[in-house]
Amino acid sequence: MSDCISLSDQPVDPTLARRLIELTQAGLPLVDDPWAWLAARLNMTPEEALLLLKQLQANGLIRRIAAVPNHYRLGYRHNGMTVWDVDDARIDELGHSIGSLPYVSHCYQRPRREGWPYNLFAMVHGLDATDIEHYRYSISAMLGDACRAHEMLVSTRILKKTGLRLPPPASC
Amino acid sequence: MPEMKETPLRNLDAFDRRLLNTLQRGLPLVRHPWEELAHSLSSTPEQIRQRLQELLDDGVLTRFGPMFDIESLDGAFTLAALAVPEDRFDTVAEQLNAMPEVAHNYRRDHTWNMWFVLACASPEALAATLARIESETGLLILNLPKEKTYHVGLHFPL
Repeated sequence: MSDCISLSDQPVDPTLARRLIELTQAGLPLVDDPWAWLAARLNMTPEEALLLLKQLQANGLIRRIAAVPNHYRLGYRHNGMTVWDVDDARIDELGHSIGSLPYVSHCYQRPRREGWPYNLFAMVHGLDATDIEHYRYSISAMLGDACRAHEMLVSTRILKKTGLRLPPPASC
Repeated sequence: MPEMKETPLRNLDAFDRRLLNTLQRGLPLVRHPWEELAHSLSSTPEQIRQRLQELLDDGVLTRFGPMFDIESLDGAFTLAALAVPEDRFDTVAEQLNAMPEVAHNYRRDHTWNMWFVLACASPEALAATLARIESETGLLILNLPKEKTYHVGLHFPL
């Protein structure tokens, strides 16, 4: 544990971090020694590349090095964006509880707007339409009287999905 | 344009399921990660990588690699929505999808029927992009930048 804390305290050169993202945001090649592959492109040793990854994981830039399934192909074809008008005094406590539910993939606090009273967002995924209705009811029960109103916006079509890429430094 | 069509899942055997469940949680950050993984799955590094490549080629996996929290590095991001009149829906979708700043765009069953994520290099660029979308579409944007993250983690048990 102390290893983690000391790693996250190490500042990482932002240029190096950016270079790593550019190299791997499309994916890490499936080679025998991935750290050596990275190291050769970052002018370092494989051990240094591995340490860099550990540092970036400790400070939160890298969540993990993982396989990302196409969830539609795995059968999770139904997704609902549930939005909740939750008591501000309890939103942190409730946001963490809702976020820890196994069928919630993302959970955020967002601002209310004129005509849009919802401050808590939780994305739910299920194998069929009744699954996500059940999830919505379970969340509703957990929030109880801390929630004044809610809706579920079901996704009916993907119009674009390129994923979050590093924005180019001098454009937009 | 990607559709949510009913693609039947190809046969994933017990090995595939264990492999995907393990790798959704992440490759171990050790000097020889494939060896460690092979050991825990009673397989070989070559067999694991070959199967992963097949699953990528087949589209069961969309990507293998570091999952970055890009937003922690730099840039400015938001979730936004438009209430697009039905007869203009496809035109506005094309306008938005042509913009590199638009990372995701979903149709949702609501008056606010178009929901998209914008990724820009700076808060100024984000504000300019929002203004540009409003002026090009003539529609009012619901701009909902995240204030706090409680959970991010896609894990689909197999």
